[in-house]
Amino acid sequence: MRGQATRMQKIALPLGFGLLVVLLWEAMVRGLDIPLAILPAPSEIADRFAASTGTLWIDFVQTVIKGALTGMLIGTLTGFAVALLIDRSDFLRRGLLPVASFMAALPIVGVAPIMVMWFGFDWHSKAAVVAVMVFFPMLVNTLAGLGATDLMQRDLMRTYSATHVQSLIKLRLPAAMPFIFNGLKIATTLALIGAIVAEYFGSPTRGMGFRISTEVGRLGIDMVWAEIVVSAISGTVLYGLVALVERWVTFWHPSQR
Amino acid sequence: MRRNIGPILVVVLAIIAIWYAGSFAMNRAWTMDQAARAGTEPSFSEVFRDTMNQDRAVLPAPHQVAAELYDGIIDKKVTSKRSLVYHGYITFQATMAGFALGIVGGVALAVIIVLSRAMDLTLMPWAIISQTIPVVALAPMIVVLSNALGADSLMVPKAIIAGYLSFFPVLVSMVAGLRSPDAMQLDLLRTYGATKGQVFWKLRLPASMPYFFASLKIAVAASLVGAIVGELPTGAIAGLGARMLIGSQFGEPMIMWSALFAAALLAALLIWVVTWVERLAGRLMGVQA
Repeated sequence: MRGQATRMQKIALPLGFGLLVVLLWEAMVRGLDIPLAILPAPSEIADRFAASTGTLWIDFVQTVIKGALTGMLIGTLTGFAVALLIDRSDFLRRGLLPVASFMAALPIVGVAPIMVMWFGFDWHSKAAVVAVMVFFPMLVNTLAGLGATDLMQRDLMRTYSATHVQSLIKLRLPAAMPFIFNGLKIATTLALIGAIVAEYFGSPTRGMGFRISTEVGRLGIDMVWAEIVVSAISGTVLYGLVALVERWVTFWHPSQR
Repeated sequence: MRRNIGPILVVVLAIIAIWYAGSFAMNRAWTMDQAARAGTEPSFSEVFRDTMNQDRAVLPAPHQVAAELYDGIIDKKVTSKRSLVYHGYITFQATMAGFALGIVGGVALAVIIVLSRAMDLTLMPWAIISQTIPVVALAPMIVVLSNALGADSLMVPKAIIAGYLSFFPVLVSMVAGLRSPDAMQLDLLRTYGATKGQVFWKLRLPASMPYFFASLKIAVAASLVGAIVGELPTGAIAGLGARMLIGSQFGEPMIMWSALFAAALLAALLIWVVTWVERLAGRLMGVQA
């Protein structure tokens, strides 16, 4: 296994592992005769998935597109912009960075009931929860990234008599990219959690969180698993896109080698 | 740190001022509505006083939240079902159990992934996928399964959910940390004829320590989120997450706000302890301050 892995290995190995888990799951459910209400077999989940693609699509649009993606866009862009602004003032950076890092670590998901109270049951409250949740990680990571260059590099830019914007674009933003993408990756995983948790505090009669909580009550566990499959696929695609862009932007970083 | 206290104070004071202004603006509609129904014309100071003290305010004023917190933490007996210390302790237990699970799982997986290229290709995509599955969705399943396997308290599923969220930051940081030695350092050890094991113990592991401790702060915070989220769909009646749900269902904003701030206080406490441990470990390992 020395050297670069081939494309074959990169796809076949995780796929094989996944298939193995699914096969063991199927065999376990059938062998031990586990009732549907506890753990459905993958084949039963696949049947349910195929039979309710319409409902799943409606839930996907409601939760992922309207709730999570809108919120993520608002939250990350605001976080990035505020970081650029704060970075200009030493006073603000010294004052806001500790406060923002502190906020980033708090269980912000707890604002979900408050946002639902403020913005109603529809997707606006979900987007608001997601935006607040991703804002602080994005802000802190961008600020940390902007501080990632060392004194020597910044001095070099100064000897070139670079302006603030020039040294930002040519030195500090590229150096900040690994941190910014780290923030984006955190945001992708937070976004779906936020959007679904917010639905638990109230939602219209569609959305993944709504479907999951009602189907658990009706013992429609196969439908719950179908929703889990949808959320796993959308989350993975989202994360994959961020990782792909990161690989392209930060090709120079040791962790990409 | 000391030279930052001035700016931090200014920022915090500004936030509190904005919060008060927000309370006034957001609660004003209800006050005016009430006044219009009673047929009175309240003066500005009357409106202001009313917006600051509504029981079901849209945005309770900071002093209301502070009073509610003081009442829930100091005034109520710890054994009382309305004490925030009681609910916080329930959540804290699940957080710690999940944190321990997360550290062990995250470090073990990271070591396996860094040492074996095949495992890296096999497991890393699945570790990432595991995080994209929202735990709230899995939570009822985890409760059902752990009940079927014989765990009768809610602690087990909550700890699993918390561990599920907290292992990932440890894993990602440890993989990055164990791979952080650059080509020159690795080449140097190769010229010494070091074995794979020696490279791991003498270069990769020490190099990963700053990454490890940095991830602990994120992991403990994620674990707390997991414990709180785990209380939402599992039918828990005790714990900070359960308080938020109760506040939401009964339309009691003060319960939601006090539970939110109690959770924030708990998070701050946990992170403070982890930071202290990080400093201690750094000093023991000879990190230059």
